[in-house]
Amino acid sequence: MMRKASWFNIASVALGLAFLYMPIVILVIYSFNASRLVTVWAGWSTRWYLELINDRAMLESAWVTLRIAVLSATVATVLGTLAAIALVRFGRFRGRLLFAGMIYAPLVMPEVITGLSLLLLFVAVDINRGFWTVSIAHTTLTMCFVTVVVQSRLLSFDRSLEEAAMNLGCPPWKTFLTITLPLIAPALVSGWMLAFTLSLDDLVIASFTTGPGATTLPIRIYSEIRLGVKPEINAVCTVVIAFVALGIVAASLLGKLQPLEHKRAARVPAAA
Amino acid sequence: MLIPYLWLAAFFLVPFLIVLKISLSHTLIAQPPYAPVLDLGAGWDALKSFFVALSFENYGFIASDRLYLASYLKSLEVGAGSTLLLLLIGFPLAYGMARAPRGWQPALFMMVVLPFWTSFLIRIYAWVNILQRDGLLNQVLLALRIVDEPPAWLATDTAVYIGIVYSYLPFMVLPIYATLEKMDDTLIEAAADLGCPRWKAFWLVTLPLSLPGVLAGALLCFIPIVGEFVIPDLLGSSQTTMIGQTLWTEFFANKDWPVASAVAVVLLCLLVAPILIYQQMQARGLETGR
Repeated sequence: MMRKASWFNIASVALGLAFLYMPIVILVIYSFNASRLVTVWAGWSTRWYLELINDRAMLESAWVTLRIAVLSATVATVLGTLAAIALVRFGRFRGRLLFAGMIYAPLVMPEVITGLSLLLLFVAVDINRGFWTVSIAHTTLTMCFVTVVVQSRLLSFDRSLEEAAMNLGCPPWKTFLTITLPLIAPALVSGWMLAFTLSLDDLVIASFTTGPGATTLPIRIYSEIRLGVKPEINAVCTVVIAFVALGIVAASLLGKLQPLEHKRAARVPAAA
Repeated sequence: MLIPYLWLAAFFLVPFLIVLKISLSHTLIAQPPYAPVLDLGAGWDALKSFFVALSFENYGFIASDRLYLASYLKSLEVGAGSTLLLLLIGFPLAYGMARAPRGWQPALFMMVVLPFWTSFLIRIYAWVNILQRDGLLNQVLLALRIVDEPPAWLATDTAVYIGIVYSYLPFMVLPIYATLEKMDDTLIEAAADLGCPRWKAFWLVTLPLSLPGVLAGALLCFIPIVGEFVIPDLLGSSQTTMIGQTLWTEFFANKDWPVASAVAVVLLCLLVAPILIYQQMQARGLETGR
């Protein structure tokens, strides 16, 4: 059937996308505003970015946030992948229902509940709160997202490749390393990216589980926003947006290469 | 394989039990600000006295104070209202995407997902910029002479709804798009061949087939919105707060951990049914290989 896009369809897509992008675009434009008054346009300037470079506290927060995000995304990718393999490959093991429940519940659980409960745990075992507690909290939350991403990849790929390797005498661990892991690698990359950005972004759980010396960027931005809109904050936000956008462009370029590889591999035997 | 299991048990399950325990303790002005009810180091006697000492005073307090009831009702109201709004805006968007030429679809998909990757907090802050009294929205409204006096947008329910719809739109659009995109076009053709008008084919074929996506999207939005903190805190009024804010204040400002825990337990009880339905759908969707 000829797919024709009616004016109604075009309008709803265009309006929807405009709604999604307009506030971000406005924020970015106003970060280059020369005026201190955020609402008055006084010409282009990079003044707020210069102030930002000299804001030690802000830079320190950014550095802590990055370290937490890298650490928790990496651990979450390992744990999440193991969990996905357990769910897909181990059939109906005992306690599977509880396990699946613990994976899917954090995806929608209100953050205030997760944050509060983790904090009370940390208080109960009397651990010093700070970098490590926030990292543990973020790992717990983001590994569930990684699991879902990896799980759908594990379900969609051709298992006969693994079976072929094992029939040819390849031991299971080697099959996993040489066959399974490369096949699910794109899911690991996007799972890591997702975990990384979720950690970078989180305010509520970090506020509950943090301690002295580990004020993350969202916590700092939040406390500034509560005092009102400031041009410096627009500049910080623009830097964060640019950072994430660059990451996504890089990842999707890498991702572009991947399907092309698959396509070529699929085509070669057909031509022969 | 045991490691993720143990990790989740330690950092997801056990904390809930602790919340439950603390919600049943007495409030103390101390550090930490509650009296531990159970001390396993003291053996069997401690366990016995634990069950004797369990107190439901915090729950009684929540039930007796109108503030909490109003908070819960407000959260459910905002949750239901904004989910409905999201559906009204998200469905046409998803439908338009699914009907777009095949070649465009990956790009459109990417464009809907992209804002989801940029910080949640930043996107709400962007709206604070726009909605403040001398912000862009009022400047535009004044310039177009739609209003004479700049209306206050911040600290209103309207602002909360705008913020929520804005932040959660991708969560509504993507599941609906996923079901619509898989739908077989020939079904619509068959309906048309048999003389069914287009609106009726939509009503009888497309809509019922998209229901799983609609339900998934609605749950994916409704559950977290009910417990939302950041959006009502930055955009809403402080008159009637949503339950996430109440919990936050109880914890950070009043330092009443037992009451905060009890608030969390009641909130979880309210959400347990939708969460279980969501888990069922998630498990089925993933394990039948979609």
